[in-house]
Amino acid sequence: MSDQAKSVADSSPSAPTPAPQPGSASPASMPSAKAEVAFDIQDLSIFYGKTQAIKNVHLQIPAMSVTAIIGPSGCGKSTALRALNRMHELTPGARHTGKILMKGEDLYGPHVDATVVRRRVGMVFQKSNPFPTLSISENVLVGLRLNGVRDKAFLNQRLEESLRMSALWDEVKDSLNRPGTSLSGGQQQRLCIARALAVRPEILLMDEPCSALDPIATAKVEELIHALKSQYTVVIVTHNMQQAARVSENTAFFYMGSLIEFGPTEQIFMNPKNPQTEAYVSGRFG
Amino acid sequence: MITASNPSLPATAADLPEPKRWGDRLFKTITFLSAAMVGVGFLLVAYVLIQGAWPAIKLYGWSFLSNTHWNPVTDNYGALPFIVGTLVTSLIALLIAVPLSVGTAIFLTDLAPLWMRQPLTSVIEMLAAVPSVIWGLWGLFVLMPWLHDVPYTWLNKHFSFIPLFAGPIEGSGACILTAGIIVAIMILPIVTSVSREILRSVPDLQREAAYGLGATRWEVTRIAVLSYARRGLMGAAVLGLGRALGETMAVTMVVGNSPKIHASLLQPGWTLASVIANQFGEASGEIQRSVLYEIGLVLVGVTILVNIGALILIKSIETPGSRRT
Repeated sequence: MSDQAKSVADSSPSAPTPAPQPGSASPASMPSAKAEVAFDIQDLSIFYGKTQAIKNVHLQIPAMSVTAIIGPSGCGKSTALRALNRMHELTPGARHTGKILMKGEDLYGPHVDATVVRRRVGMVFQKSNPFPTLSISENVLVGLRLNGVRDKAFLNQRLEESLRMSALWDEVKDSLNRPGTSLSGGQQQRLCIARALAVRPEILLMDEPCSALDPIATAKVEELIHALKSQYTVVIVTHNMQQAARVSENTAFFYMGSLIEFGPTEQIFMNPKNPQTEAYVSGRFG
Repeated sequence: MITASNPSLPATAADLPEPKRWGDRLFKTITFLSAAMVGVGFLLVAYVLIQGAWPAIKLYGWSFLSNTHWNPVTDNYGALPFIVGTLVTSLIALLIAVPLSVGTAIFLTDLAPLWMRQPLTSVIEMLAAVPSVIWGLWGLFVLMPWLHDVPYTWLNKHFSFIPLFAGPIEGSGACILTAGIIVAIMILPIVTSVSREILRSVPDLQREAAYGLGATRWEVTRIAVLSYARRGLMGAAVLGLGRALGETMAVTMVVGNSPKIHASLLQPGWTLASVIANQFGEASGEIQRSVLYEIGLVLVGVTILVNIGALILIKSIETPGSRRT
C-alpha cells in the first residue's frame, strides 16, 4: 500500500497516473477526479487520553481541489483536520496510530519535525486570530519573518500577492500599518488566510472558517476558496452542509470518529450510498 | 395546572408581583461605601503624615529633598540618600526579579509537564507567605556572609576600577546590592504569580495561530504569548515595584543603614522605609520625629510618582504596529 501511495505522490508529469484502487484505501468509491493525492491517510486512529477521537480512518485527499469534512458535533472532523498538520499534538495526552503520507512521506515519521509540517500545511481557524500587537502587513509577513526572510522587496511583493489572493488588498492597501485587529471580523479572517498563504504552503486547512462570520463575509471567504483551488489543495471542516455543497469537489462524512463515506460532493449530497450519510445530509439527525 | 387550581399563583409573567427594588439599593450602597472607604483611608493617611511632618516641612522646605546630610545631633536632615537608596534597591530588585519571574511563569504555563504545574505553583505561592522578617534573618545569617565571601570579594578584587563595584566593602556584606537581591527574592513570588495569571489569559487561539505557521516553541512564546501579554506583564512588574519601594524589615537588616550616597553598590546605604522603622522608636525630640513623618510622606510621593511614570510608559508602548516582529 505504501509503495502504491509513493508512486501516486511521486508520479512525474510524464509517468502515467495510476488509477485509484477501488475499495482498497477508502470504504467508499474513490473520487473520480484527477488522481494526484495530497494526503494518503492510512489506518489513522487518534486518542486523547483514553478516548478515541478518530477510528481507523483510510482516506485519500485529492490534490488541487477542495475537500470538505462534514459531520455532527463531536464526530472527530476537527481532529481529523488537525491531524493533517499535527496541530492535534498540542493537546496534552494526544497520540495516534497509523500513517498520513504527504508526497509519499509519513508526516509522523521519526525524522519529521512538526514545525516543518506546519509550514508546508497552513491553517485557518474557527475564529480569526490576527496577532493584536502587529500591523496588517506584519501579520501577513510574520511567517516569512519567522523563517528568516529579510529581503524588503521580496517581502513587499509577497505582502501584496497574499493580500490579493485573499481578496483583501483593495480594502487595506492604504492602511497596511494599522493594527490587524482594527479590521472587521470578515476582513480579519481574510487577513488570517493571507497570513497562512504568505509562506506559500502546499496545502491549506480550514477549520470552520466562516462559523463566526455574517453571510456577506461568508460569501467572500467562499469565493476566495473557489479561487484558491486552482493553486492549492484545500481541506475544509464545516458544520454548514450548504457550504460544503457550494465549495467542495469531494466530501467526507464522519460520524463518531469513523469515516462513514467519502466521494464526490454531488454524490454525497444527492445519492449517498450509506444510510447514515443519507440521514445526515437530509437533516434527519446531527 | 398548578395555576388553574390555585388562583393566588401568577398565571403569566404579567401577573407576577412588582420586583422588589430595595435589595438593589442596599447592594449599591454597600458597594459604594466599600469603595469610598479606600479613598477616605488614603486621605486620612495623607492627613496624619502631613500633620506629623508639618514642623519639618516648615523648617527645611524643599531643600529637604536635596539635602544629603543626616545628623540628629545638629538637627540637619535631608532625604536624598534615602530616596536614592530606595530607588536603587528597587531597581536592582526589578532587574533581577522580573526576568526570573516571567521566565518561571512561561515555564509554568507553556512548558512544564502537566503534573508539575500545580505543585510548582503552590510552592511559589507559599514563598509569598513567608514573612518579611524571616527573609531578613535568612539574608542576614545565610545570604549576606556568602555574598561577602564569594561574589563581592571577587567583584571588588577584579572590577573595583568600575565605580559600581568600588570598595571598601563592609565586612558583614551589608550593602545596597544585598538589599536589592533580598527584595528581588521577596517580590519574585507575587510577580511570578501575577505573570502566570496573565500568560494563562492569552487565548489558545493566539498560540495556535503561531504554531500553525510552523513556529517553534520559543517563537510561539515570543510572537503569540509575550507580545500579547506584554502590557499585563509590565503591570505585574509595576506591582512588584510597589512592593519593592515599600519593603522595610528585611531591607533594614541587610542594607547597612548608612545615610550616605555611594556610587558603589557594594557599599552600605539606607532606604526611606527602613530609616523610619529603624529610628522612629528612638527618635529624640520633636524635630527628628517630624522629619521621619516627612520621610514617610516622601515615600508615599515617590511610590505614587514611580507608579504614574510606569503607567505612562506602559500606555506609550501599547501602539500596535509600531513594533517589528
